[in-house]
Amino acid sequence: MSNNFHDNTQKKYPYILPNPEDWPIVKMSQRRYEFIKEVIDEGFNKCLSKFNTHDELVEEIARAVYQERIRLTQKPWKADAPDEKEYWSTVKSELIKITSQPNPPKEPSKESKALLYSMVSRYTNEIAGNFDPNIHDFAKVMVPFGFSRLLKTSVGKNFRERIDKQFSIQDRVKMVGEIDSLRALGKDNTLVMVPTHSSNLDSMLVGWAIHDIGIPPFIYGAGLNLFGIRILAYFMSRLGAYKVDRRKKNTFYLETLKTYSNLALQSGCHSIFFPGGTRSRSGALESRLKLGLLGTSMDAQYENFVTAEKEGTVAKKIIVCPSVINYHFVLEAPELIRDYLQETGKEQYLGENDKYSTSFKLLRLIFKLLTQSSKIYISYGKPMDLFGNLVDDYGNSVDKHGNEVDIKKYFMLDGELKYDQQRHEEYVKMLGENIAHSYKENCVVMSSNIVAFVAFRILIKRYKKLDLYALMLLPKEDRVIKYDEFKDAVAALRATILERNQQGKIRIASHFANRGTEPLIEHGLKHLGMYHDRLPLVKNAEGDIQVSEMKLLYFYHNRLTGFGFEAVV
Amino acid sequence: MNTKEYIGVIGAGSFGTALANLIAENHDVLLFARRQEIVDEIISQRTNMGQIVHERVHPTISPEEVATNCRLIFPTIPSAVFYEVLLRFAPHLSPEHILIHGIKGFYFDLPEGASLDTIKTLSRKQVLTMSELIMKETTVVRVGCISGPNLAAELANHLPAGTVIASHFDEVIKVGEQALRSQRFQVFGSHDLHGVEFAGTLKNIIAIASGALTGLNLGENARALLIAKGLGELIRVGRAMGAEPQSFLGLAGIGDIIATASSTHSRNFMVGNRLAKGEKLSEIIATSVEVAEGIQTVKIVKMLADHYKVRIPIITMLHRAMFEDMSVEKGLEYLMKYPFLQDVDFI
Repeated sequence: MSNNFHDNTQKKYPYILPNPEDWPIVKMSQRRYEFIKEVIDEGFNKCLSKFNTHDELVEEIARAVYQERIRLTQKPWKADAPDEKEYWSTVKSELIKITSQPNPPKEPSKESKALLYSMVSRYTNEIAGNFDPNIHDFAKVMVPFGFSRLLKTSVGKNFRERIDKQFSIQDRVKMVGEIDSLRALGKDNTLVMVPTHSSNLDSMLVGWAIHDIGIPPFIYGAGLNLFGIRILAYFMSRLGAYKVDRRKKNTFYLETLKTYSNLALQSGCHSIFFPGGTRSRSGALESRLKLGLLGTSMDAQYENFVTAEKEGTVAKKIIVCPSVINYHFVLEAPELIRDYLQETGKEQYLGENDKYSTSFKLLRLIFKLLTQSSKIYISYGKPMDLFGNLVDDYGNSVDKHGNEVDIKKYFMLDGELKYDQQRHEEYVKMLGENIAHSYKENCVVMSSNIVAFVAFRILIKRYKKLDLYALMLLPKEDRVIKYDEFKDAVAALRATILERNQQGKIRIASHFANRGTEPLIEHGLKHLGMYHDRLPLVKNAEGDIQVSEMKLLYFYHNRLTGFGFEAVV
Repeated sequence: MNTKEYIGVIGAGSFGTALANLIAENHDVLLFARRQEIVDEIISQRTNMGQIVHERVHPTISPEEVATNCRLIFPTIPSAVFYEVLLRFAPHLSPEHILIHGIKGFYFDLPEGASLDTIKTLSRKQVLTMSELIMKETTVVRVGCISGPNLAAELANHLPAGTVIASHFDEVIKVGEQALRSQRFQVFGSHDLHGVEFAGTLKNIIAIASGALTGLNLGENARALLIAKGLGELIRVGRAMGAEPQSFLGLAGIGDIIATASSTHSRNFMVGNRLAKGEKLSEIIATSVEVAEGIQTVKIVKMLADHYKVRIPIITMLHRAMFEDMSVEKGLEYLMKYPFLQDVDFI
């Protein structure tokens, strides 16, 4: 497997579609009003089709209203519309009018349909992004530039020397993998990028990375809470983000959200989905994927075939691009691992939090991320179709034996295209397994991963009788590891990882490839969680390894679980 | 119904023939046989494996003909040869095909040149169910399994029976049911594909053991003891492989055990029976008309249980009687002295 990382400062990828007018996202935004109307109409029809009778529909509306009113009693988010309370009060009044009518009809009444339409409409307008090519242009120049200004001022004593150099995000992000394939496929196919998810910065990072490799912008669902930060809200929406409110779990909201994503994909918009659903709280590579909105790609591909058949054209193919983002340092790690431990310790999980909803906090996160000197690695796995078959650069699906596969056949029964929701759900589960497999193959092992894994494993084995929660509470003096013991374990794991890399089963960072055991340890200790309040691992005065933060160590150790490395260390 | 002109059956053994006859009551069938003689016999005499072959069953030795003319296909070929046959079908299969197999055996993914007799341990990773093999070697993903108390001789005599079709896909279950259901054949559905596959394959072990008890004239109490405790062992092994207990308590597990544990029509039963009467296993294999899948299954399950440290005293004794020169009586003696503690500890 190639360990040659794309050196952004040297190679510039030209845009595969130089004219923004050709970008699907621009075409969609140019007909924004019509697109939103299509989503509302389609969403409305989909919701309505789930209910056979007036009573069933009204009951579901009542349930949704109830859930929304409960939501409104909790602390509102800054991104909530100011008229939320009034709107849902109005809906409730309408509902009371409907339910108090004598002799309700069998089929859904005009009033109940109107109410449904109103809700779907409101949801759609809340969800819809508003891509602006001018802002995108501005952002692609200014955002790196803006960040580089931050960088320059932060560098301090080296300020003068670096003031003339071109500083940008490019120095921070190394990319490897199937970049050329993605570029080849991005012109005529619809790409679905599925990155791993560790941090709230991931979507911006991936968005930037996509721009850097010359592919038109993607749309993606960003948590509504993030839109509470005004400056971010301004940019994110205009850079392709649509809003996803995880607090809303009623059937109409979910159906509307899926319809938005589905229609966007059908119109050819490249999309990013985080199949983990949320940031990995344990720090591990996602293996059991939640899938969620990724399922809309299956429906969209089906609809593409239906439309193509009607119009006598060739259906656009949806291509899945797994990618793995690899950080030495995840700022949200302390909160994530605390939440994970609470959950798995069977304490009540305290719902979605709004922690980064102030400008100051999130900008501070971005600032820290970009002013650190450690790298972020993005690896792109082999693109595949929705059924896990690899695709060549022309978008043809190829099975394991090299034969071409006509994917329309996955949707056929009795010789014709036939929709089957349960079938699609199974296909999406299979896709999830294929993506999880790709994540494993494309994980980039870094120095920080190996030192964290080895340190934690040594402690687990030393204190076999303690459970995980007791391990977290180990006193300081019990968290020291003799340097020689540590070094030997790192050497053994390093050898195994290098062997797996040779076999093409995992990737390694170039700093990993270029270093022997002891320099690797030094590099790892320096970079592991480097901007947390305390470094998880340090060398003490005697030269031994002191674990200063067990929870963080556990979080970073989890990255290398699931590979069978426990047999080595 | 996902059909073209024909529904396909791969394998013209006794079960394949009985299945083909069942389907032929409502639909034309293409029956694939590996050997030309079988095709010739069916065409000229309308018989095969001692059964009369329905006029709507059309025999062929061409995988391409089956794959091209059928969308729904039932593989029923012995597990030991399925891999080669599947490779012949693979180039002609597509994601449009639905395969519902009735094969009660495993495929092993072993290194080049290795065999069950040479490898030291066996884990789940190396053992593939037939559905996993189909998905590995072809582009077919809509796969199912048919299993249950379906003794071929009784089906051939038009006696009533029921079966379970297991698949992750509802439409596979539906299509299979439409092809098979009749006034004398009831079809049930399950989503636990691997569970049903494991239950259907592992039950052969109990059939062999039961045949041995019958061979020693040990009576019905003994058979009941064997079935009840043996089922527990199967469930423990199944669970270690990721299969849930429920499927062992349905048609594919206990249902099939009851039929095959007392019937001389069952090949596996007869293996145990002959073993208890003093014949060597090698002689039994050499003189059997059809393969008894259970023989290999005993070996596999013993290795898997060793790997996953699952307690299986009955199967262990059976293994010794079959492959390690212990007599059946000695094995039984040991079992009666073995300290069993809890009655039901597998749910």
